[in-house]
Amino acid sequence: MDSFWSVLGGAFALVFALDPDLLEIIGLSMRVTLTAVLFACLIGLPLGAAVGAFRFPGRTLLAVILNALMGLPPVVVGLVVYLLLSASGPLGPLRLLYTPGAMIIAQMIIVTPIVAALTRQVVEDIDREYAEQFASLGVGALDRLLSLLWDARYSLLTVTLAGFGRAVAEVGAVLIVGGNINHVTRVMTTTIALETSKGNLQLALALGVILLLIAFSVNACVMALRASAVRAAYA
Amino acid sequence: MLLEASDLVFEAGGQRLLCGVDVSIRKGARTLVMGPNGAGKSLLLRLLHGLLKPAQGEVLWQGTPLTKQAMRAQAMVFQRPVLLRRSVLANLKFALSVRGLRGAERAEKIEVALAAAGLSHLAKQPARVLSGGEQQRLAVVRALACEPDLLFLDEPTANLDPASTAAIETLVLEANARGVTIVLVTHDSGQAKRLGQDVIFLQDGRVAEAGPASQVLGTPRSEPARAWQDGRLYLGANTRSINDRFRRTF
Repeated sequence: MDSFWSVLGGAFALVFALDPDLLEIIGLSMRVTLTAVLFACLIGLPLGAAVGAFRFPGRTLLAVILNALMGLPPVVVGLVVYLLLSASGPLGPLRLLYTPGAMIIAQMIIVTPIVAALTRQVVEDIDREYAEQFASLGVGALDRLLSLLWDARYSLLTVTLAGFGRAVAEVGAVLIVGGNINHVTRVMTTTIALETSKGNLQLALALGVILLLIAFSVNACVMALRASAVRAAYA
Repeated sequence: MLLEASDLVFEAGGQRLLCGVDVSIRKGARTLVMGPNGAGKSLLLRLLHGLLKPAQGEVLWQGTPLTKQAMRAQAMVFQRPVLLRRSVLANLKFALSVRGLRGAERAEKIEVALAAAGLSHLAKQPARVLSGGEQQRLAVVRALACEPDLLFLDEPTANLDPASTAAIETLVLEANARGVTIVLVTHDSGQAKRLGQDVIFLQDGRVAEAGPASQVLGTPRSEPARAWQDGRLYLGANTRSINDRFRRTF
């Protein structure tokens, strides 16, 4: 086996050479992850905000379920989505199995509870502060929900980031429903798993480095945004 | 009467915090709610404004039960101003939008409110980085921009310096001169003398005394109000004032 440093050097050489295969894998990874996070936010943000802001029967139970689903095992999600999308499954006619669409669905199912549960907590805290003022002003339910989401926007960026982190690092579910097909459903994490098993450590490590760089860049951007928001007392 | 409450009872955690409170607020008057901490002043304000529901008794707005529609004819300023995580301008815009105002009409009202609060030069600043006095002025003009018939203020000048207190009192007096009825909670005896027309003196969740300020503050009949007038610290019906203890010990 090559030494660690020679593998690392080879990995960086691949990164800087902008290898087309590497770029394709990174592109698909980002497309799948960002789409999944987008849909998870479209569902999770209003759902979490509603549970955080409104009082209704079953609210506590829903909050407990959302919290519990944060720890949803990805392979279980992969298996359920696989069964749903397989030819004999109820969603078989959609022919989504082994496509990026299936991977997006699996990631979305994993990320939505994370976004919703964390949003609930953030919104509940702000609502506790705003509730009487909103009631006094006569703010309607929809305005209240939108206002809470808007005023929590910088905290919700961190929530979205948590969802993104979980989605981009996901391997089990996307491997089951995507199948890791070259040029079709091969993403960074599944490639790392495959190439490591094949002994192609340079490509695996190159992808690992890129994955870390993406996570670092996104975190740095969000932290910078939050810092400016804190200075303006918006966060 | 603009607002009346009869036999108000409020309970929380198995404790009766307000017992059989009767209140009448005259239209156009400045009514001060006074009393020690825990007497139920803020609670009474919230019940009168409809933010809380009483366990017993009812609140009547112009003779009819308080509805959400009636609440829109009222506004409230809290002890700690609740400002949105937005600019000064956006805070005013939000309150007026909730009242259905848009476009030029809203812009005009915002301009008037900012000028009244002396905050025109800070319009684009984040509201929550303003000083305590500026934040409370913004909260008051935001409430007044909604053109309420009645304005509740819950210790609006607590922890403010004299200049900021004067600015808030000026806004309150100007609004009152325009016909806005004022109900204000205060601990400040000087403020009571400056602003009070009617006074409701609460003690242990009951009205100890109520009536014109000249009577309640000038010739009080109840022991809590008398102690307040004498500058004694009243500790409750079964305790002598701290001043009495002080004299006895030394």
